[in-house]
Amino acid sequence: MSKAILVDTTRCIGCGACATACKVVNKLPLSDPGAAHDLPTKPLSDDGLVAFAQSHGEVGGNLSAGALNVVEAHGNVFVRRFCMHCADPTCVSVCPVGAFEKTQTGPVVYNQDRCIGCRYCMMACPFGIPRYEWEKIWAPRVRKCHMCAARQAKGLQPACTLVCPVQAAIFGERDELLKEAENRIRQDPGKYVNHIYGQAEVGGTSVLYLSAVPFEELGLPTDLPHDALPNYTYRVLSKLPRLVAATGVLLGGIFWITNRREEVAKKEKPEK
Amino acid sequence: MHLNKLPKLTFWRAVLALILAAGAYSTYARFFHGLGASTNLSDRFPWGLWIGFDVLCGVGTAAGGFTLAAIVYVFHLERFRPIIRPAILIAFLGYARVGTTMLYEVGRPIRIWYPLILWNPRSVLFEVAWCVMLYVTVAGLEFSPVILERLGWKAPLKILKAVMLPLVFFGILLSTMHQSSLGSLFLIVPTKLHPYWYSPLLPLFFIVSAVGVGLALLILASHLSARAFGACIEQSILVDLGKAMAVVMLLYATLRFQDLWERGTFAYLRQPTVETTAFLLECLLGVVLPIVLLLIRRVREDPEGLFAAAVLVITGFLLNRLNVSVTGLEGWAGGSYFPRWTEVAVSVSTVAAAVFAFGWAVRYLSVFPPARPSDGKTGEITSARAARELKPATREAELVSRA
Ligand code: SF4
Ligand code: SF4
Ligand code: SF4
Repeated sequence: MSKAILVDTTRCIGCGACATACKVVNKLPLSDPGAAHDLPTKPLSDDGLVAFAQSHGEVGGNLSAGALNVVEAHGNVFVRRFCMHCADPTCVSVCPVGAFEKTQTGPVVYNQDRCIGCRYCMMACPFGIPRYEWEKIWAPRVRKCHMCAARQAKGLQPACTLVCPVQAAIFGERDELLKEAENRIRQDPGKYVNHIYGQAEVGGTSVLYLSAVPFEELGLPTDLPHDALPNYTYRVLSKLPRLVAATGVLLGGIFWITNRREEVAKKEKPEK
Repeated sequence: MHLNKLPKLTFWRAVLALILAAGAYSTYARFFHGLGASTNLSDRFPWGLWIGFDVLCGVGTAAGGFTLAAIVYVFHLERFRPIIRPAILIAFLGYARVGTTMLYEVGRPIRIWYPLILWNPRSVLFEVAWCVMLYVTVAGLEFSPVILERLGWKAPLKILKAVMLPLVFFGILLSTMHQSSLGSLFLIVPTKLHPYWYSPLLPLFFIVSAVGVGLALLILASHLSARAFGACIEQSILVDLGKAMAVVMLLYATLRFQDLWERGTFAYLRQPTVETTAFLLECLLGVVLPIVLLLIRRVREDPEGLFAAAVLVITGFLLNRLNVSVTGLEGWAGGSYFPRWTEVAVSVSTVAAAVFAFGWAVRYLSVFPPARPSDGKTGEITSARAARELKPATREAELVSRA
């Protein structure tokens, strides 16, 4: 039902093809201006995309409005960083106008036509993923990976998994990818840390990581609760109607009592 | 006397003009060069001064309005009626300012009203947006009789008087809701916000401290208005407000201390970090010291002493809101944020405009009760200096209103 991406950092060779493919499908400027000349102006076929991305890999840099998927080097381990596509996403829950949506099929997508630019989503995302087009004057957008939702709708896999030369990142059903990850750990327990990152973090995510070194060394936040973060708000917010009703009744009651007292006082006064 | 006042006035006018000019330039920079060029906000610090100061503090400082409305209309403590108008005026101006700065803050200001039609009830910010819009209307209506009186429009005044009570109740409920919701905004970042400030009780802390600062601001406004315009509030009322402020701040201190204790937060005090300094400064300067001052009778009953305590409470409040929204998040972001001067200019100039509007209203509308000769009881504003300053100011006001 729900699609996901499994990133096995022990397999990644740091070629950076996924970063380039991401930029190409999202029409973002490449870091190497020279590479842009090799890029045909007409839309690439998938084969063309694979060939181009694998020969123009980009490694390093930070996530930005112009880079939705980056390959970070931590010592000699390479890690792709992009939106985790949480099962119960913080960004979806905090957006006052509902510009984010968790789709049935897995991707968390953004609708720029609703966004007012409050940037609460950026403040709240536990992975620090969403980026903003700070330099745009009239219509800045929030940018983040959308797991190639449009490609998926056409039955294609995301560009990044398509171009990976060593299947370090694979695309598939979340359940099946979890099974696959478990298998890999079971078959080679000495190699992997016994943990599938993203299986339970913040209630589960649609991006899963495997690693040979502790996850904090990869720059992934490891202090995350297994409870989805929107629950932290909901637990309090759900008490609000009751609180407001109780306050209302209490205030009304106090008003009634003190008002009565005044009336009584008024009546009694002339008698004295 | 008049000559004496003139240079002072022009000096402040010059300052005001300077501030407004800086604000005007910043407005231009913000709307014609974008957020990136006019702020120090970044992907690491998507929220800065405008949220921390203008929204969180702005809404909080307006809490005097609903606190006093509750005191007078619900608890029927009639003695406080004389300051209900300034309280509501401060609330209205405070919220209007929040609304204005939100136009600077959001990336697409033209869509600021979108929460009216595009709903996400799960979002705390959605709720805050609605409450702010509703409350600014309510506060405006609550204050409008003052203007209608002045214009002498009887019919709308009658209608307003009839609906005033439900309106006041509605306003109080709205305030309880969103004062606490400003704290709830940060419930969603348990791993990002430093444990000094993250707590499931954030909404409770926010509303209690807002009541405290609301009272402090009333004391401040009355004090300054007396000095500047000769508006006069009986000192005994202010002393009682001071007592109420002491109680509220004690409640706040107890709640926070217990919470910090239970969560084992005091262990972090051993780490000499920026957060520790900020936390200690906030607690000692903004909570402990004003409580101690207010508990000393001599200080509480002295106008200057009370004023100092109020200023401390406000300072502590500002520090707290900025710590929650900026300092407490710096560790996670791995960097530090300091506002650009254009950001500061927007904040300062909107505050200046609000203060100016307040002063204007005090002069031309009957906001404070008319100054009357004191009966000489201890504790009222009858100090020689106050009396000296009152006279020329009222005379001037008379002259102006006659002209
Ligand atoms: S990682 Fe952040 S941006 Fe991506 S879905 Fe989760 S909360 Fe949203
Ligand atoms: S910046 Fe846009 S998408 Fe993000 S929370 Fe605000 S309105 Fe929603
Ligand atoms: S995930 Fe694949 S495409 Fe991306 S850098 Fe690693 S090996 Fe290259």
